[in-house]
Amino acid sequence: MTAPPGAVAKPRRRPGSATPYLYVAPFFVLFAAFGLFPLIYTAWVSLRDWRLVGGDRGFVGLDNYTEVLTDARFWNALGNTFGLFIVATVPQLLIALWLANLLNRKLRLQTAFRMGVLLPNITSVAAVGIVFGFIFADRYGLVNWLLDLIGADVVEWRASRRTAWFAISVMVDWRWIGYNALIYLAAMQAIPRDLYESAALDGASRARQFWRLTVPMIQPTILFTIIISTIGGMQLFTEPLLFNYGRIEGGPLNEYQTIAMYIYQRTFRGNTEYGYGAAMSWLLFAIIIAFALVNFYLVRRTVRGSSK
Amino acid sequence: MGAIRSRLRGFTTAALVLGLVLGAAACSAEDDKSGDGKTTVTIQWFGSPGFDQAIKDFQAANPDIVVKSENRGQLKDFQPLLVQWLATGSSQLGDVIMLEEGTLLEFLQEPSKWANLLDLGAASLKDTYLPYKWENGFTADKSKLVGLGTDIGGLAMCYRSDLFAKAKLPTDRESVSKLWPTWEAYEQQGLKFKAANTGATWIDSATSIMQPYIMQNSDTWFYDRSNNFILDSNPKVREAYDYGLKLAGEGLTSKLVRWTPDWDAAFKNAAFATVPCAAWGTGVISERAGDAGKGKWDIATIPGGSGNWGGSYLAIPEQSKKKDAAYKLLTYLTGKAGHLAEFKEKGGMPSSIPALDDPAFADAKNEYFSNAPVGRIFGASVKTLKPIYLGPKHQQLWETILEPAMQAAEKGSLGADAAFTKAVTDGKKLATG
Repeated sequence: MTAPPGAVAKPRRRPGSATPYLYVAPFFVLFAAFGLFPLIYTAWVSLRDWRLVGGDRGFVGLDNYTEVLTDARFWNALGNTFGLFIVATVPQLLIALWLANLLNRKLRLQTAFRMGVLLPNITSVAAVGIVFGFIFADRYGLVNWLLDLIGADVVEWRASRRTAWFAISVMVDWRWIGYNALIYLAAMQAIPRDLYESAALDGASRARQFWRLTVPMIQPTILFTIIISTIGGMQLFTEPLLFNYGRIEGGPLNEYQTIAMYIYQRTFRGNTEYGYGAAMSWLLFAIIIAFALVNFYLVRRTVRGSSK
Repeated sequence: MGAIRSRLRGFTTAALVLGLVLGAAACSAEDDKSGDGKTTVTIQWFGSPGFDQAIKDFQAANPDIVVKSENRGQLKDFQPLLVQWLATGSSQLGDVIMLEEGTLLEFLQEPSKWANLLDLGAASLKDTYLPYKWENGFTADKSKLVGLGTDIGGLAMCYRSDLFAKAKLPTDRESVSKLWPTWEAYEQQGLKFKAANTGATWIDSATSIMQPYIMQNSDTWFYDRSNNFILDSNPKVREAYDYGLKLAGEGLTSKLVRWTPDWDAAFKNAAFATVPCAAWGTGVISERAGDAGKGKWDIATIPGGSGNWGGSYLAIPEQSKKKDAAYKLLTYLTGKAGHLAEFKEKGGMPSSIPALDDPAFADAKNEYFSNAPVGRIFGASVKTLKPIYLGPKHQQLWETILEPAMQAAEKGSLGADAAFTKAVTDGKKLATG
């Protein structure tokens, strides 16, 4: 799709023509309606004491924000979100990378395997949540049944932060490993074969080829998946919710209530504090941007370092 | 490249068209009347109220009204949707809405979104309801009636006679009722049961005794009558909490979380011998224990005397454009015939006095529960009922704060005092927020 710049003929249209703008308009119109407007509206709502049941009680300035910052439940939820993000994303991307590397070789039924890894991703997340709810049930679950069968102690998955995070991460990873693997695979296919051939001639082992050649060459793609995972991880909602069978408080002591769940709880349940929920949403928005930027720089640095 | 470009162009057009269609669909208002002059009334409910037959009967008697019956799953899923729909005036909101007792109390604080049933002619129905049920449908100033009662809970103790036989305890309901006049006696029998090593526990969860115990022994729970938050100073709640955790400490509970798949499976596996049950609870048990449990369950009186646990209401949103037809349906379902049909279908106990007195209820036996005379047992449990004041956020305070905290204490992930303190802190925030 990338032609050299000079090769494209100059457009024959008059400079004032509206046609090009019309072509790009659908995205901007949709973005304005479903992206920009809610963003600005939410900012406005976040400055008000507004209840969904009970109505708007007027302008309160930054009160909602100061309350959020002193709310222990907010920090607990934020900690859970980051914790779950790390526990889920790090193995997820590493496994995806490894899987992509395997799929990049010559295999029988290549397409079947490549499509197969994507299947979990197109399964409805609610269905995944319900099935995993049974698999990780505390008393009569599949995993505990297997553990019992081999004589190990059963695990009460919801009884502690550690076990709950593990189970939720398995759910998240099961869904997203294949997706990331396919993206990595696409990037790997773009690496010229002769690079590997010369590396092999120079005596580089497969592992060395992978770390010194493949990983640096797909660095932009790794960055992309990390940013996408960051956004997804910060908004984690359905998996922990269904893991706790639809209970929004995320465990008896809120051990796995994520920030999105807490926003939902304060906005649509509790005292239906629309304004407070909006303030938290904006803080989450800011946190995602900051966190994505930090990730971006950190990863760019380490991946670059490994290519030297 | 040309092909890609033209495909992209096609895609943009498609996206634009799709956007327009979606927009138009969202704007098209629902018609009040369909072409044949019939009015469509939508009723939205949760749980298992057993409206199916009653709606069919209503339909047959009112051919000019078409009833659309929508099952909205569990209460905890329906409640947030309801809040959103009411706040935005959504067209998805039905014309007759089932509200749980606790949910209704919350809406009574902000009743503007609900129709006043007195304006629709409900005043004359006063004497047909249990006074407790009738009073609870009103706003604080008694000027607006928001909901009319469907079922009422009542209280009893359901037990598995096969496990009782295994533990050499009496199995017939009269003798079992005599085993536990008080909660202390109930605990003593539990210890005896445990000593018999049947492989099952005495009760499903420490939290299961909270509702019955408090409903029997206190006239307040989280709030006093002026809606002040009193969880930290209400002695009966703490007493029930400590009693439940004492049972757990003695190894008498299964430490299950109610309303989860594990809890459901535990009924099938006969993992516990007793569970306090309201009338609607008989349906909950038979659904979960399945055919294998038929004839093994029975019902005795509950320790500690009479009380009520739960029950629901029907209400009409102010935004409904079909209030008259909706009111017809509502009064049918909350009237004698509706109550009796619901009782027959799912076991919910009538709150309507004529229905309670009707032999169809009063002499009813439940086949699943070894032909227990449910009409007599549950009927007796509400006759001397002392109403308890629950207050606006009761349901959420219980479900999302006190019950989870108690579960944490039961499982030992937090001490009993610390868990209670957490519940008080979180509860205060919710109640005063």
